Amino acid sequence: MQEKDNTRRKVLIGLTSAVGLSGIPFAATPFIAAWNPSAKAKAAGASVKLDVSKMQYGQQIQVAWRKQPVFVVRHTKESLENIDSALPKLADPNSDQIEEPYKGQNPTRSKSSEYTVMVGVCTHLGCSPKYHPEVEPKPWDASWAGGFFCPCHGSMFDMVGRVYKGVPAPTNLPVPPHFFDGSILTIGEDGGTA
Amino acid sequence: MSEMVGKLFGWVNSRLPVSNTFERHLSKHPVPSKVNFWYLFGALASVVLIIQIVSGIWLIMPYSNTEEEAFASIEYIMRDVDYGWVIRYMHTTGASMFFAVVYLHMFRGLLYGSYQKPKELVWIFGCTIYLAMMAEGFLGYVLPYGQMSYWGAQVIISLFGAIPYIGESLELWIRGDYYISGITVSRFFALHVVALPLVLIALVFLHLVALHEVGAGNPEGVDIEEHLDDDGVPLDSVPFFPYKVLNALVGIGVFMTVFAIIMFFFPEGGGYFIEMANFEEANPLVTPEHIAPVWYYSPYYAMLRAVPDKLGGLIVMGSAVAILFVVPWLDKSKVASIRYKGIYSKVALALFGISFITLGYLGTVSVTEVRKTMSVICTVIYFAFFLLMPIYTKYEKTLEVPERL
Repeated sequence: MQEKDNTRRKVLIGLTSAVGLSGIPFAATPFIAAWNPSAKAKAAGASVKLDVSKMQYGQQIQVAWRKQPVFVVRHTKESLENIDSALPKLADPNSDQIEEPYKGQNPTRSKSSEYTVMVGVCTHLGCSPKYHPEVEPKPWDASWAGGFFCPCHGSMFDMVGRVYKGVPAPTNLPVPPHFFDGSILTIGEDGGTA
Repeated sequence: MSEMVGKLFGWVNSRLPVSNTFERHLSKHPVPSKVNFWYLFGALASVVLIIQIVSGIWLIMPYSNTEEEAFASIEYIMRDVDYGWVIRYMHTTGASMFFAVVYLHMFRGLLYGSYQKPKELVWIFGCTIYLAMMAEGFLGYVLPYGQMSYWGAQVIISLFGAIPYIGESLELWIRGDYYISGITVSRFFALHVVALPLVLIALVFLHLVALHEVGAGNPEGVDIEEHLDDDGVPLDSVPFFPYKVLNALVGIGVFMTVFAIIMFFFPEGGGYFIEMANFEEANPLVTPEHIAPVWYYSPYYAMLRAVPDKLGGLIVMGSAVAILFVVPWLDKSKVASIRYKGIYSKVALALFGISFITLGYLGTVSVTEVRKTMSVICTVIYFAFFLLMPIYTKYEKTLEVPERL
């Protein structure tokens, strides 16, 4: 008799606890969801447009997209010809380790054969690497082939943002969604073609 | 008149355990009769906690937690609010002093085995307080929205990005925006001024209740509960009031003097208490040439940089804090105090102290090959101190601990 009562009680306790616990995810939802980017933040993070035809060859410009620096580089002929000159030193030359949006389209990693578009935030700890296009010995690399050097922790990237081996940054600089409409570059949108 | 007060007190006392609690935890609470200055830092930590709470409340009043106004409101506090600069420097000095006394307090724990049975929970609550303090300090540092606020937060938040699969969406969720914006600042503000202080106060309460349950230790590692008088009070103890209180007051006086000297004359601490880059407003497009944390995080930052892999660095840094929690089970020694432990323990603790301080230095300076190698060596020593503890504490020759204090 006693045992039978206990079983009944245990089942009831179990059931009521289960019902009570199942409410936790529901109760937690608004608190967790309220931390997602708001509609306003999402709207402010939409795409930016710029005319890249005015850029000099070899010039690098910085565009703010979502308050992040996006690097746009217009390569010189020489640099396009020597685009793989640092190849043996690169950790992931084909961008196999990251999601590369326009993989295999151009050696520049972008949708254009002349420009490279990449997020200028070091994949190590978020600093902004500096542009050093000169092919000359540098304090950080005696046979520097031109590219980006991060002043924070010494990560190195080549001219199209591919990471070197043996540096703290784990991956290549990511390529943001973008498309060219004539000389107008839109960053933040695909243009629906890719 | 006094009769009425007595009656009123009696009325309250029979409904609320006032005198009972007061006697148990304050006036009559027995503490070991012989301790040294290392036993002051707990009291000093509670003094700083109060300073931080009071100065913090006063800082909330003029502070603005928006992207546009946060930085300007700090300058407003510094220039336009009467005595605003004192209150702000009190809070920033308090942050550094909090860590200083807590580091010394924790080192006392390692010196005299203050984590050993039955004080494991006291130690664990203490480690949790330390963890909450690190979070609290980080969140607070973001609030002025200066360059170092921004880029320091960028580094710390991107650490979460190293977690496989969920990393990137976790970063976005923490920021609530695509960069560290006013949205991030205002949520950090809520956590810094409400959520974490509540957690901290609750933890301090638990730390003290647990301590008073098992009793405070002493530098000899003598268990004073072994010899009690007829009332069950340890023979080698004195009541908390007046002995411990008056004693602590002297220490508090010295401490407050040091505190005031820093606050009035060296509030920036040469760039270690408030970094120079933080006197510029946050700019997401320009990274400062050299990113370093404030001094109290720098040992862990040096460990992070010692590992060439991002996730690996995060794991090492996290483990460095996590390993503190299990110290009570790593120490297999029969004795508590370093005075009676063997030579291995003494050498290990000395090496540990040196490596921790060296890491602290390395975390504040830029990386070179030599410094990186040194960081790796010191990180290895740091972990070896803990991981080898079960071995060297078990197989070393210890001295006989006296019966009485």
